[in-house]
Amino acid sequence: MTDVIEAPAIFDEMYGFLRRGAGNPASVRDAYVALDAWLGSAPPQLLETRRSQAEIFFRRLGITFAVYGDAQASERLIPFDIIPRVLQKHEWEQLERGLRQRVRAINAFLSDIYGRRECLRAGVVPEELIWRNPAYAPEMAGRAVPHDLRVQIAGIDVVRVDADSFYVLEDNVRTPSGVSYMLENREAMMRLFPDLFSRNAIAPVETYPSLLLETLRSVAPPGARHDPTVALLTPGQHNSAFYEHSFLADKLGIELVEGSDLIVRDSVLYMRTTEGPKRVDVLYRRLDDDFIDPLVFRPDSILGVPGLMDAYLSGNVTLTNAVGTGIADDKAIYSYMPEIIRFFTGEEPLLKNVPTWRCREPDALAHVLDNLESLVVKEVNGSGGYGMLVGPHASASEIEAFRRKLIHAPKGFIAQPTLALSTCPTYVESGVAPRHVDLRPFVLCGSDEIRIVPGGLTRVALREGSLVVNSSQGGGTKDTWVLEH
Amino acid sequence: MLSRTADSLFWSSRYLERADFQARILETGLRLASLPSINGPRNEWESAVAASGDMACFHAHYDVISEETARDFILFNRDNPSSIRNCFAVARANARAVRTAITSEMWEAINETWLELKTISDRDMGREETLRFLEWVKRAPRAVEGAMHRSMLRNDAYWFTRIGAAIERADNTARILDVKYHLLLPANERIGGSLDYFQWTAILRQVSALTAYHWVYRESVRPWLVADLLILNRQMPRSLAACYADLAQNLDLIADAYGQHGPGQQQAGNTLARLESLRIGDIFQSGLHEFITDFIKDNNRLGNTLANQYLLS
Repeated sequence: MTDVIEAPAIFDEMYGFLRRGAGNPASVRDAYVALDAWLGSAPPQLLETRRSQAEIFFRRLGITFAVYGDAQASERLIPFDIIPRVLQKHEWEQLERGLRQRVRAINAFLSDIYGRRECLRAGVVPEELIWRNPAYAPEMAGRAVPHDLRVQIAGIDVVRVDADSFYVLEDNVRTPSGVSYMLENREAMMRLFPDLFSRNAIAPVETYPSLLLETLRSVAPPGARHDPTVALLTPGQHNSAFYEHSFLADKLGIELVEGSDLIVRDSVLYMRTTEGPKRVDVLYRRLDDDFIDPLVFRPDSILGVPGLMDAYLSGNVTLTNAVGTGIADDKAIYSYMPEIIRFFTGEEPLLKNVPTWRCREPDALAHVLDNLESLVVKEVNGSGGYGMLVGPHASASEIEAFRRKLIHAPKGFIAQPTLALSTCPTYVESGVAPRHVDLRPFVLCGSDEIRIVPGGLTRVALREGSLVVNSSQGGGTKDTWVLEH
Repeated sequence: MLSRTADSLFWSSRYLERADFQARILETGLRLASLPSINGPRNEWESAVAASGDMACFHAHYDVISEETARDFILFNRDNPSSIRNCFAVARANARAVRTAITSEMWEAINETWLELKTISDRDMGREETLRFLEWVKRAPRAVEGAMHRSMLRNDAYWFTRIGAAIERADNTARILDVKYHLLLPANERIGGSLDYFQWTAILRQVSALTAYHWVYRESVRPWLVADLLILNRQMPRSLAACYADLAQNLDLIADAYGQHGPGQQQAGNTLARLESLRIGDIFQSGLHEFITDFIKDNNRLGNTLANQYLLS
């Protein structure tokens, strides 16, 4: 587990470990040769022109955001960087194999946790981490789901620290978002840099909506009609991801429904249409478990559908993703993923896990408390970069405050080394400069096959030296190119 | 389509139509108020408030009916569900909820109006400024309707939008008639003063029909012909008969597309048949006031029927 900590330098996606200005002539990695040549030959004004054109493009889309979220939402537009992040075909293929393996393992793990529980008997994961976990859904215990698949849409956050290895930072298998940025970033790039696209063979991502629709249709309950009806359930206009929900429903050509559009009769889910109730076979829900059915979960939820769980457990509708998948992307479970992958696939994990100290274990806690200034400490149930200590960037008083939190409730935390996340050239105020990036590929898991569009959403920490790429914390996004040759 | 989508299209369209009507009421009030008051006590603001909707709501906010209070009530009052401000707010909120069901041209027309209206505060406007403002208000529904005709697919979304406008328009025309029916009764003709004449023409102006009247009847303004134009004449786009021809046609298109006729089609068809068989003399004989009161009730009933049949299913 020491290889990450000891990584001596920062790996740059374009230049590798050699840095410009360090006396060495920059040696450009293969994936970036064409981009480098273009950057070198582009007149100085061009980047600025393209940047402002991109801003206009997204501001126009921003109008679309403002439509749904009013004035404040346009300020929440995620900054877009015009310099793409590029992956070689073989790099992507390596990553893709790892993603397939990981999502297969996650599905097998979930099916086991809510089924035979063999991995608990085998001691792969401690039982109490499951039963006492708020992400575990007892309602699903012993219940079958259509096709025995629980995660149909996954967003796996990966980072790299050198040319060879990808680390999974986080699995997102509840209602992962961001795919609309992936599609729109590509749209913007194709308009702004048509020449670059003709000079590089860049794998398309535009097939995502049709792959998603195929995936959703493939998981309809076995008894459903030949041509199953799919709908997308949104919490509504005031949800911050509403734009994405409406964007996807539009691209998929399916109805965008709210809880009040749905009714359950005799354990069957229907949407209210002008032609009477219409049966829904697959519900792509972008609403958290807690809110989907007030009869079973939060009784005060007005966003959900009374009786939805009944229809679901009766096998009359498929929910994607399934209820209770959160137990698989829980931060406390994360550290067991290598064992989980070995147990369920019989293979060695292809993607690495970031070494993790579980503060629930006394030895680990002691180590963490001794090394707070060099570690990243995360709340087990937090997300979005909140409730997190980044040791190297924290003040002494922040570290002390966190130390008290840790001693008070160690079980709620895990710690990881500060990863030397790779950087990617990024157009910032001072010109082109390296900034840290991660990558969220989207994995679609149907009853027939796993589908992945090449690439994903690259997030970039725009502040110099910052490692936090979350959009809620000042992160931006880039287009992600996978070269086809 | 989702019932909620149809419902939002229906109401967005109704409220836009209503905004237009409210602007016309206020314009008529201002025109009548600029008459010299030589013919005794006048009541133009009372009838303006009465035609605009809810007297009780008005009296909850103001002590007296005057130009200022009527203007404030109709333009900006947030508790008056039919104030022009609220009409645009509701029309936009409904359009926003079904943003992908309407075209971007339609959305832009609605949204721009709302954004501009928000910058106009509840301040007191003079007559001239008010009239300019009302011209602007009337432009918005025209722009939306134009965008709709030019850009929207002819499917159920389009038909529900048309139905919302037609049912609201029928209600509005009937309301004008209801408030002014006493002016149109033949018995009143012998009064025949210039004020009466002015009021009749004001009614026609209110529905942009003064020129149309002269083309259709080639006569000076007679009250029963005004009633004929606004109730039975299908050439006149705001007449009750024309609104119902529109309603019946669009409801039939929906029924054909869905392969099922229902109570809404039947009701609209009955009303249309009745309007086509009547002559204005018959209406006066059995009572203009009763006729209009019944019509408003029937029109509301059709709204409820459609809600049950399509919008709330």
